[in-house]
Amino acid sequence: MRHLLSTGDLSRDEALLVLDTAAELAQVGDRSVKKLPTLRGRTVVNLFYEDSTRTRTSFELAAKRLSADVVNFSAKGSSVAKGESLKDTALTLQAMGADSVVVRHSASGAAHRLSEWVDGAVLNAGDGTHEHPTQALLDVFTMRERLGRLEGLRVAIVGDVLHSRVARSNVLLLHTLGAEVTLVAPPTLVPVSVHTWPCSVSYDLDAVLPKSDVVMLLRVQAERMHDAFFPTAREYSRRYGLDAERFARMQDDAIVMHPGPMVRGMEISAEVADSARTTVNEQVANGVSVRMAVLYLLLGGS
Amino acid sequence: MYADGSADPRAAATARTVLDGPEIDRALTRIAHEILERSKGGGDVTLLGIPSRGVPLAERLAERIERVEGRAVPRGSLDITMYRDDLRLAPARALGRTDIPPEGIDGRLVVLVDDVLFSGRTVRAALDALNDIGRPRTVQLAVLVDRGHRELPVRADYVGKNLPTSLRETVTVQLSEPDGHDAVLLGPAKPRPGEEG
Repeated sequence: MRHLLSTGDLSRDEALLVLDTAAELAQVGDRSVKKLPTLRGRTVVNLFYEDSTRTRTSFELAAKRLSADVVNFSAKGSSVAKGESLKDTALTLQAMGADSVVVRHSASGAAHRLSEWVDGAVLNAGDGTHEHPTQALLDVFTMRERLGRLEGLRVAIVGDVLHSRVARSNVLLLHTLGAEVTLVAPPTLVPVSVHTWPCSVSYDLDAVLPKSDVVMLLRVQAERMHDAFFPTAREYSRRYGLDAERFARMQDDAIVMHPGPMVRGMEISAEVADSARTTVNEQVANGVSVRMAVLYLLLGGS
Repeated sequence: MYADGSADPRAAATARTVLDGPEIDRALTRIAHEILERSKGGGDVTLLGIPSRGVPLAERLAERIERVEGRAVPRGSLDITMYRDDLRLAPARALGRTDIPPEGIDGRLVVLVDDVLFSGRTVRAALDALNDIGRPRTVQLAVLVDRGHRELPVRADYVGKNLPTSLRETVTVQLSEPDGHDAVLLGPAKPRPGEEG
């Protein structure tokens, strides 16, 4: 494994290696000295064409805990705003000696293109509506921590699947690891190519809910919606939002996940968001461990 | 022992046994008594095994000390993978378990336990790892076999057997916990950069 572009590239063993490594690295977060010397002298560039404080900070913290030097490069106020192309930016980073580039871009496939231009490892931190592999890895890590297994787990991914890179990455990874995924969304928010994905599709949340071990809610990505995909936020909320009443009909040990940021009152009611069975904050903490594991496995060796 | 934790069957086929099961038992019993003697009863001893074969050795030493003294000895494992100085020479390797006893290592007499002492680089890495976890009063080193060829100024406090070797030989430690039986084998080397510790 040289880059991490898609969870579809990960074999079952590779994915489990990332999860096991992350489980060991999670201990570092509990120590008084939260640092390992592993990536001393290596440079990790965070190249963010889209704003994302959460993911960028998580990658930054992960790289710093492994003693790497971190350079944050955001498109706003940089030469990108002056019209520099992705390729020229990549070659500049290359010339500066970056060992690894963490890239977030609004175009699907940007990370893949970048990997052809730079020698270092490329980590996809979200490309358009395509993939967000470290998010899927941290989601799966959280499921395994909470429920103790992945094989045979029934996972419902609910909401704006069309614009969600988190959904695609999760479907591929969960399938590799033996879980069953059902996508639940309004028909207008299901991608046309969904029949090629290894999962089933439902339009009825209430039918899927009682059979699910994990309910993963997606953010409705208003900023990517240049059309009307559903009549009103209220109607969306009534049919696909997780409120206290639906929450009560879930299995007793089922968990609720959300990649954040949550839109309270629309996808999820405040009551459910603050429940002990909702793993949003755990997902953030696990994100650092998982990203440390990925950086170690990509950069730690020769 | 190989870096991936497996015993190489080809080496075992042509290898000569230099320590058998009962001899390993006796060596560990002697080391346990030496630890007790030097620590004046072992009241503040914590045993930390270095994965993979150091961990069952630390476990066995702890059991022997418990049998003599009649009280529990904190033991754990200390993975040093992230602290190795040869990480860039090989593909990234899987991590072992780090398991520090709940009371921590601050102010304790920590005895690091490993199977083979070779270049001394594993011990150097272990000292770095300890530094990040706490501040022991004293750190000592116990090994089953010292095969020489040190590359760093490191010395073991407790040695099961001094085994003068050539660099063209390998020392393979087999323990019943992972391998089914106890033995220390001396065999011909297969080419690889210094990976034993």
